[in-house]
Amino acid sequence: MAISSQDTAIRTGRITRTFIYLVLTLFALFYMLPLYVMAVNSLKPLSEITGGGMMALPQVWTIEPWLKAWSTAQVGVQATGLKPYFWNSISMVVPAVAISTILGALNGYVLTKWRFKGDTLVFGFMLFACFIPFQIVLIPMAAVLGVLGIAGTTAGLVLVHVVYGIGFTTLYFRNYYAVFPTELIRAAQIDGAHFFQIFWRILLPSSGPIAVVSVIWQFTNIWNDFIFGASFSSGDGAPMTVALNNLVQSSTGVKEYNVHFAGAILAAFPTLLVYIVAGRYFVRGLMAGSVKG
Amino acid sequence: MTVARSGVDFRTRLQGWLPKLVLSPSVAMVFVFVYGFILFTVYVSFTDSRILPFVGKSGEPAFDLIGLSNYQKLFKLSHWEIALTNMGVFAGLYIVICTVIGLFLAILLDQKIRGEGALRPLYLYPMALSFIVTGTAWKWFLDPGIGVESIIHTWGWETFSFDWIKNRNFAIYTIVMAAVWQTSGFVMAMFLAGLRGIDNEILKAAQIDGASNWNLYRRIIIPQLRPAFLSAFVILAHLAIKTFDLVIAMTGGGPGRATELPATFMYSYTFSRNQMGIGASSAVIMLMTIAAIMVPYLYSELRERK
Repeated sequence: MAISSQDTAIRTGRITRTFIYLVLTLFALFYMLPLYVMAVNSLKPLSEITGGGMMALPQVWTIEPWLKAWSTAQVGVQATGLKPYFWNSISMVVPAVAISTILGALNGYVLTKWRFKGDTLVFGFMLFACFIPFQIVLIPMAAVLGVLGIAGTTAGLVLVHVVYGIGFTTLYFRNYYAVFPTELIRAAQIDGAHFFQIFWRILLPSSGPIAVVSVIWQFTNIWNDFIFGASFSSGDGAPMTVALNNLVQSSTGVKEYNVHFAGAILAAFPTLLVYIVAGRYFVRGLMAGSVKG
Repeated sequence: MTVARSGVDFRTRLQGWLPKLVLSPSVAMVFVFVYGFILFTVYVSFTDSRILPFVGKSGEPAFDLIGLSNYQKLFKLSHWEIALTNMGVFAGLYIVICTVIGLFLAILLDQKIRGEGALRPLYLYPMALSFIVTGTAWKWFLDPGIGVESIIHTWGWETFSFDWIKNRNFAIYTIVMAAVWQTSGFVMAMFLAGLRGIDNEILKAAQIDGASNWNLYRRIIIPQLRPAFLSAFVILAHLAIKTFDLVIAMTGGGPGRATELPATFMYSYTFSRNQMGIGASSAVIMLMTIAAIMVPYLYSELRERK
């Protein structure tokens, strides 16, 4: 469901309009507040934060907290900074997003253009899987990853994210392909094109937008995941969110708030960047996951 | 001739099977890793398992079936009762406040606002962030030692006190605050999409009949948003039940058990307290609650589209 502007019948007076702009601006400030707090405090020395100056701009600007969060902060046992965990997340996210999107595209293609008896029911089962509380699968998953010998590895996390991501990717491609003219498929079939040719030559070339939606949604979800990372990764193999949490919650030594804030922005950076570059597609994915069930 | 024909037959038959063959790995994965695992967790909830693995050294099962007694124990635990009460408070406030703010912002944004294109992404960006990131920001911003309380003190109001995040009676409200901040923009987008789908002709006709703006909204527009209300409720309710990361990042369930929720309860009973049977039974309760909300919703959505 796209949000496009259109002519509205409601007319408002000047005072009302001023009030509306004021309220909208106040809310904008409210939504920006945590980002502002993280940004300014990641650029000032610790003493300026503990003195009650959290809202103030830095008096002394410094990138020291950023350097420390990235490469020397104590995360877990060793003082490695968040850097290795950042790469853990990257090497988990890239294959998981690619595999789940490809599977989603194929599933969507089959479920709309090669319909069979009970296909809606199959899709319903896949769809409900998107909404389960992950607590219900943690115990058997821990056991199965152990049996497969991939407990605590990135491969294990990739498997987990593919399994619990295909419901959403299938949903996207199914809804997208559902409105793709079936006549074109029929015509190609008469011309002798078979299953994969039709997918490759006819559907895929026009799947750009929904592929972007799927990739962005999966990327954001998997990058931001915490519960699977916390349950199925071991010390050094932890993803970024788990490492950030360890950094912030560690009870040894002085609490370096500025380093925590810098670390938080580092963990937020990839998804924030994707949102800034392609926010429209992210919102589309969000809406498809809700309004259209 | 016969050879050629059987070749064609084989190819056609393969073509007939191919779609299902392509779909089958995904279906198999979902059935094993989702539905199989659900059954497995239900089974574990009927046993006295405490920790992994499930089998002893010589392959014998390391647990006994004990029927429903985990559920009986669960509902006698004050810890679980606290988690449920907190869930009630949290979910109630979270759903209501998000809906009110979301609808309010959507209505304001629908008044041909200059700069709508710039405001919308600002309201929605929290959805792109990890709860661990935003939880960290809120944790320190609300901390009385360095956050709001201390900021107001330096601004001159020396007696100002705001220690909710450290206060057993109020900590749950700070979780509500952060969760509302994170998702209310999303609810706004859902309502805005609903508002943009309303037929303007009805509104113009009602205006000619002398209806005020207030009445237009109250009598015509808001009642037409019923599907958006339903979607918002379903999405928010299921997000509320799944809330986990935010609590871990902000309070870790504390102070005491003041912000313990079913999701954090399950995690700590399963992985730190070695009470896996109890943990499994709490996960089953969570799943049943979500299923009670999602299944009818998804069912009606899928039926409508046929």
